[in-house]
Amino acid sequence: MAEELANSASHSTTEKTVPQRVTDMPLLRIEGITKRFGNFSAVNQLSLDIRAGEFFALLGPSGCGKTTLLRMLAGFEAPDEGHILLAGRDIAQVMPHERPVNIMFQNYALFPHLSVYDNIAFGLRRAGMERGEIATRVAEMVTLVKLEGMEKRKPDQLSGGQRQRVALARSLARRPQVLLLDEPLAALDKKLRESTQAELMELQRRLGMTFIIVTHDQEEAMAMASRIGVMDAGCLAQVATPRDLYEAPASRWVAEFVGDVNLFEGQVISREHGRLKVTTREAGIITVAEPRQPVTKETVTVAVRPEKIKLSRRGLASGVDALQAINRFEGEVAAINYLGGLTAYRIRLDNGAVVRSVMANTARLDLDGYGSSERVAAWFAPDDGMVLQQ
Amino acid sequence: MSTRRIFARPARYAAIAPYLWMALFFLVPFGLVLKISLSQTAIAQPPYTPVFDLSEGWQALKAAFEELSLDNFRLLLSDNLYILSYLRSLVVAATSTLILILIGYPIAYGMARLPQRWQGLAMTLVIVPFWTSFLIRVYAWINILQHDGLFNRILLALHLVSEPVTWLSTDTAMYIGIVYSYLPFMILPLYATLAKMDRALLEAAEDLGASPWKAFWLVTFPLSLPGVGAGVLLCFIPIVGEFVIPDLLAGSNSLMIGQTLWLEFFTNKDWPVASAVAIALLLLLVPPLVLYDRLQRRQVEGRH
Repeated sequence: MAEELANSASHSTTEKTVPQRVTDMPLLRIEGITKRFGNFSAVNQLSLDIRAGEFFALLGPSGCGKTTLLRMLAGFEAPDEGHILLAGRDIAQVMPHERPVNIMFQNYALFPHLSVYDNIAFGLRRAGMERGEIATRVAEMVTLVKLEGMEKRKPDQLSGGQRQRVALARSLARRPQVLLLDEPLAALDKKLRESTQAELMELQRRLGMTFIIVTHDQEEAMAMASRIGVMDAGCLAQVATPRDLYEAPASRWVAEFVGDVNLFEGQVISREHGRLKVTTREAGIITVAEPRQPVTKETVTVAVRPEKIKLSRRGLASGVDALQAINRFEGEVAAINYLGGLTAYRIRLDNGAVVRSVMANTARLDLDGYGSSERVAAWFAPDDGMVLQQ
Repeated sequence: MSTRRIFARPARYAAIAPYLWMALFFLVPFGLVLKISLSQTAIAQPPYTPVFDLSEGWQALKAAFEELSLDNFRLLLSDNLYILSYLRSLVVAATSTLILILIGYPIAYGMARLPQRWQGLAMTLVIVPFWTSFLIRVYAWINILQHDGLFNRILLALHLVSEPVTWLSTDTAMYIGIVYSYLPFMILPLYATLAKMDRALLEAAEDLGASPWKAFWLVTFPLSLPGVGAGVLLCFIPIVGEFVIPDLLAGSNSLMIGQTLWLEFFTNKDWPVASAVAIALLLLLVPPLVLYDRLQRRQVEGRH
């Protein structure tokens, strides 16, 4: 057991492995679901499959419909169209108290008149569980979220972090097939949020439960989820692993929403040897690797993440490796933002365009940093340019 | 220290105002009534002895003090007219309060669940009767409930009764009048607690397997108890001392304590006994108040 945990823990830091319980039929299948409020479609013809044991994140700006989608899964909103299949059964019109799904609310919604024990036992009592069994299960949950000795307290005698744990324990107590989490960490301060992220992941792995989390915080989604669905205006803009979302966004909107990005718009002028040449207004001719999906459009956007744009002085003396120096622009440092681990530069190119570059501060002594107004060459490798067609 | 500063001198004087008010309009009259209740009735002006007269010196004042006695309170205990009146007042107040909860709670609950923009209107509708004088509204009930009144005519028209029913001078009429008059005092505190309740709590209850009805009993109702307590207090205490409604609408065979007091004061011109009745009524209402205060405090302590 301990070995297993140690193993999975070491995995988790580098790559989130999809749990073994994955089967062909998804645990949760959302089919063409639509929810309208008046004339406004909060969720519009959305389809999504979620497998058992996944840690799935719904990410999007506020008002994108992610909370509405979650509330439809919990049963608080009935979809106007579409189906929600949980283990093959359509639950779209099933009342919330009859669904094998539980939700952890953003503001926790703990019952203020009940003790920690009674809050956690609430769902078990409704399920008609026996006294002894309830006591065992509550004790188990209390241990799980490390709240031993707090059972008799009322919610307002707890700190924010403790309340969050009670809410989690309460929603887990019934062992739901799917646990929904609505911005579960939003009310915690930064340090607590980070440690809680790790605990949530650990918990999810240990219980082998399916978690669906709604968040507007992309770092949170990236750090925890095995897959992320990015929502925009009631639709899914992309569903992918965190890495694919970042390194292969499906659209310009996703590229801009997830992380920081430099965008160069231009026309495709040639395609040869797996290389694409794009002529752009901001940066002249750019060479990028041809993407997996065939490029059908003439006008494309080349997106480059700031950390992939490297700076050098030597580039000015044309000493850079010829292969990598294909996309090379000259300019001067316009702004420097020192962020501790990283330094963000804004480079004003000679043609007036501004390019952002982020460099890791890998050494303590700043021997190689760039000064304000210093002339530099900014360059990126063809593989680091992402071709976006929409 | 900074909070001290905020309450600078003018503010500190202002804080005295409520105490001054209480002293002037509660303690002083209470003292006067208490004194009269310990006096003896007399055919004089004022109609009781002794009268404290400062002009006749210390000795006379001392003598007057010695004349005070608890005779009137003994009378209250010996004559069961008074005890029955007190009991009737308590029974009427308790019954009315119960009816008020049963009617007021659903109304307040409905109001709290209305869309936000309708809630203001509903609130106005509850308060609107106050724009008419209380006395006129009670007289209106006489009109409605009389032999050929609106109520009987509707009942006859609907063929629910074959001949007019006597409503006036019955307990039913009195209860109608009391419930009608006190309903806003029950609804408003209930509405205030129900409206500020977090709807996510109900969703949480349903999510955890409680049917809507169960969720109401396990979450909404216990959390609304402070509002119920406030409503009960606002209705029960004034109803115990109610005079106008029972006098106008109820029969004359059994009296509420307010009516007894009125009789003693205006008909019998026995100010001392009337004062004793008033003091006894006040003392009777202290226990429920203390009890309510205890409950409230326990609730507050439970939270902190």
